[in-house]
Amino acid sequence: MNESFSIFSHHGSKSGVERAAEVIFTASGFFAVLAVASITLYMVISGVPALFQVGILDILFGSVWAPTAADPSYGILYVILTSIVGTFLAILIGVPIGVLTAVFLAEVAPKKLANVVRPAVELLAGIPSVIYGLLGLLILNPLMYKLELKIFEGSTTHQFTGGANLISAVLVLAVMILPTVINISESALRAVPSHFRSASLALGATQIQTIFKVTIPAAKSGIVTAIVLGTGRAIGEAMAISLVSGSAVNFPLPFNSVRFLTTAIVSEMSYSSGLHRQVLFTIGLVLFVFIMLINTSLTRLLKQSNVEEDKQVKGKGKKS
Amino acid sequence: MNSEAAIAINKDSVVRNSVYGKHVRTSDVILTGLIYLAASISILLLIGIMGYAFVRGIPQVNAEFLTSVPSTLKGTFGILGNIVNTLYIVVITLLIATPLGIGAAIYLNEYAKPGKAVRLIEFTTETLSGIPSIIFGLFGMVFFGNTIGLGYSILTGALTLTLMVLPLITRTTQEALKTVPDSYRSGALGIGATKWYMIRTILLPSAMPGIITGVILAIGRMVGESAALLFTAGSGFILPKNFFGKIFESGGTLTIQLYLCMQKAQYDEAFGIAVVLLVIVLAINGLAKYLACRFNVEK
Repeated sequence: MNESFSIFSHHGSKSGVERAAEVIFTASGFFAVLAVASITLYMVISGVPALFQVGILDILFGSVWAPTAADPSYGILYVILTSIVGTFLAILIGVPIGVLTAVFLAEVAPKKLANVVRPAVELLAGIPSVIYGLLGLLILNPLMYKLELKIFEGSTTHQFTGGANLISAVLVLAVMILPTVINISESALRAVPSHFRSASLALGATQIQTIFKVTIPAAKSGIVTAIVLGTGRAIGEAMAISLVSGSAVNFPLPFNSVRFLTTAIVSEMSYSSGLHRQVLFTIGLVLFVFIMLINTSLTRLLKQSNVEEDKQVKGKGKKS
Repeated sequence: MNSEAAIAINKDSVVRNSVYGKHVRTSDVILTGLIYLAASISILLLIGIMGYAFVRGIPQVNAEFLTSVPSTLKGTFGILGNIVNTLYIVVITLLIATPLGIGAAIYLNEYAKPGKAVRLIEFTTETLSGIPSIIFGLFGMVFFGNTIGLGYSILTGALTLTLMVLPLITRTTQEALKTVPDSYRSGALGIGATKWYMIRTILLPSAMPGIITGVILAIGRMVGESAALLFTAGSGFILPKNFFGKIFESGGTLTIQLYLCMQKAQYDEAFGIAVVLLVIVLAINGLAKYLACRFNVEK
């Protein structure tokens, strides 16, 4: 009789709501897949035409970048090299400092000090990248200019850059990857079981020997992950180095004004048109390919370290 | 090995390992020194960066700086327009990204069965979080700006940022959902609640502090973002005339204005903006920390 109070009358609308909820959640779950697929698609669609128009070899291995000249030339070899060399150098400087700071936080520092330093490092990660660029421009560049004047005094072949050169950019990048390297290495070091340390200490090793011969090797996969993530961050950084690295495309020598893959896009996109613009998208595509390589190697690394952890847990084959 | 030599080595090691003859290994001293050096570099960098920016920037920040817009006519320079733009972008992005991110996390945690689909979603989420912002910027410009036809506008910027912060919100929500004990779920389902009812009334409220922390971190990322916005949201700095119409107009955030000031060598103004940004970032960081702490205590 009174159907509105029976459970049956509600059943229909309720199961409708339930089904709608499931559909909505599934859709938003797959949104990330859609996003990555369309980003890949659009990067390829907008990056590939220029490759064929200019010629794959001419564009990737040409060393003359003169997109606005009367007889334009679109070689991005030096731009690619700059990104590779710059990232490599930034890793070379940033990783030792980062890993040692992580060791300090995880192993050496008294707890109270570590609890002050750790949030400070996290804060370093939160500082907007343009601010790093601003400070690099106003602190590093004048210093570099002084150095440049001293080194190249009387040189007639050197093109003076006012301090906006590869070294400045590398230093800014090194600072920017520090927080990433420190945070991830520290958690990797903390995850090393304490009986590893106790065993090493009990055998008579000093604390430093324990850290460098037991703890760090045991945390190896985590530290490698940190380095790979740092590489990704360094190669993709644009705004911080766009003004610091100079404004001409050159071979990546320390005191040359250089252009990275990212800074080429940032500084030329606004006034580019036609084929020039398409080539900038090709540069974006090259950067995208680099990032995808880094990402896939990262996933593989993480998988490997998971397998290794399982092995350690099962106690089957612990690597020395 | 003859016995004399063995004895000599033995003696040597006895002396070395005894407490009295204990000597300090040189390599230990050097490595300890390096560890302290590296740590102090990291700490000094932070202090130096913050200190320098605040010392140069604080004198620039005053009431006029915060409440006016750049105008050659009146000779003023202010960042009110950029603050409003930043707010617009943050709010719109959150309106889109939060439901999507939470929905994705709920799907992964509550609905999906382990298998290829879940692995695919998790892989793409990882990938999305590894893509540099300049690529998001290019994609946003081509897709939202040209293909969809939004041009340089706040909406284009917000849609681009949505893609960028989505992985962050998804992952933090997933973590928060994982900490909700299974007994809550079975309890709710056991007394007859439907799945959606259980999620709405039990899971989401229990996971709320974690979700909010994720959202706050996402706000921090948006406020500091620049490369993804340069070619999507543009660089407008005029105050909105029409509340909703502004969404389709170009609007530069604080970071973009800072970059433009740098390009024009207006360093004093740039440092003023830098201080405002740093204060916002500090506040967001503190808030996230505070929430995370409270969350842990409640657990």
